[in-house]
Amino acid sequence: MEIGAALPELSIDLTPTVVVSTALATMDFTPVHHDVEMARGQGSKDIFLNILTTMGLVERYVTDWAGPEAVIERIAVKLGVPAYAGDRLCFNGTVVAREDGRLTVEVRGKVSLGDHATGTVTLMEEGERR
Amino acid sequence: MNDQELHELAEKQAALGEVRGTPARDPVNAPMIRHWLDAMGDENPAYLEKGVAPPAMAQVWTMPGVRRSAKDRSPVDDMIAALDASGYTGVVATNCEQTYHRYARIGERLTPATRFTDLAGPKRTALGVGFFATWTVTWYGEDEEPVAEMLFRVLKFRPRTRESSSSTTGQAAAGEGQAAAYPLQPAINQDTAFFWEGVKQGELRIQTCADCGELRHPPGPLCPRCRSVNRGHMVASGQGTLYSYVVHHHPPVPGRETPFVVGVVELPEGVRIVGNVVDCPIEEVAVGMPLRVTYRRMDDQLVLPMWTPGEA
Ligand SMILES: [Zn+2]
Repeated sequence: MEIGAALPELSIDLTPTVVVSTALATMDFTPVHHDVEMARGQGSKDIFLNILTTMGLVERYVTDWAGPEAVIERIAVKLGVPAYAGDRLCFNGTVVAREDGRLTVEVRGKVSLGDHATGTVTLMEEGERR
Repeated sequence: MNDQELHELAEKQAALGEVRGTPARDPVNAPMIRHWLDAMGDENPAYLEKGVAPPAMAQVWTMPGVRRSAKDRSPVDDMIAALDASGYTGVVATNCEQTYHRYARIGERLTPATRFTDLAGPKRTALGVGFFATWTVTWYGEDEEPVAEMLFRVLKFRPRTRESSSSTTGQAAAGEGQAAAYPLQPAINQDTAFFWEGVKQGELRIQTCADCGELRHPPGPLCPRCRSVNRGHMVASGQGTLYSYVVHHHPPVPGRETPFVVGVVELPEGVRIVGNVVDCPIEEVAVGMPLRVTYRRMDDQLVLPMWTPGEA
């Protein structure tokens, strides 16, 4: 986990099932995340991922790599283009800082339209959850 | 409300400080955690083994549910309502930053508290003129200590008026009350309409010969290889490399700020396409650099494909 180390890429197929099941698991019942006609009526191409899911997937991406002992302290994300059903969400990440067991990872989640989410995750490599 | 009145309301809402909401309906619990992990595809066993929730679930515990009328009134609501009433009806979230003081434990009930922090604007953005509204939510545990905090920022913008009839001529009329049309409109005709329709849908379409399969760009009526007039198109991957470029400094171009980069982009599919290279300092633009397509809205009608640095 050295500075400059790249995280393995994670590519997620955004099936309608993924979009709908994550929206409901995050308790977000806004129609644009499960109702195609409503989403299109509001000018979207299709249903799309909700923000709570974007945050959850960023967290998963980093902990998949860092392992179960890692403790996430902060996730700061700049939100970009929507992640529509039918697209793929592809995560890349790089370790950009490391001090006293605290890592900062830069994460970028891309879809075909461009960057869906870019930002940083701060974590303790091995910490107490208190 | 005018801009000044909106700022006055923002100050009033910020002065309310932190406003407590209703505690979560359910305590942090294993079934909802399991359901969330399953939907996210997160196989980390540590949460359920140690009896804690994934930190990114913080907001989940206090979501309003299907019948949203029970939702708490927060200092944010009046601000958003005032922006809506003032014509800034569009909304898009721009930032979400969460800080976790500790992981929430199974069995504890979280209580949210919301603070309106800032209104910035009006600003010109790619979506239209708008205000950035920022607020924070803190989730407290039963010990009254904060468990997690979130900063959330949205852009509330004034959507540009759409033309009543959607034409493919690209001649967006700049009538009263409408955003000014981008002055450099592409010539859209029978041969090129498929390309511009693709761009509006986020697809980079390349013309193909329906007989021999040859790709050609820019589009044209006749296959240069087999002379067929039968044509189709394919959707390019959106990846490319910079084949050549110029930096345009002078003369001034209406609707554009100089300097800007005009590139010739080589697509892995086998054709080259001209487009602007954006989001890259000019001194870092280099022949051979990997690029990927991005779509920029220029006015009500026109979206242009452009190129940003990307992985090969
Ligand atoms: Zn041909």
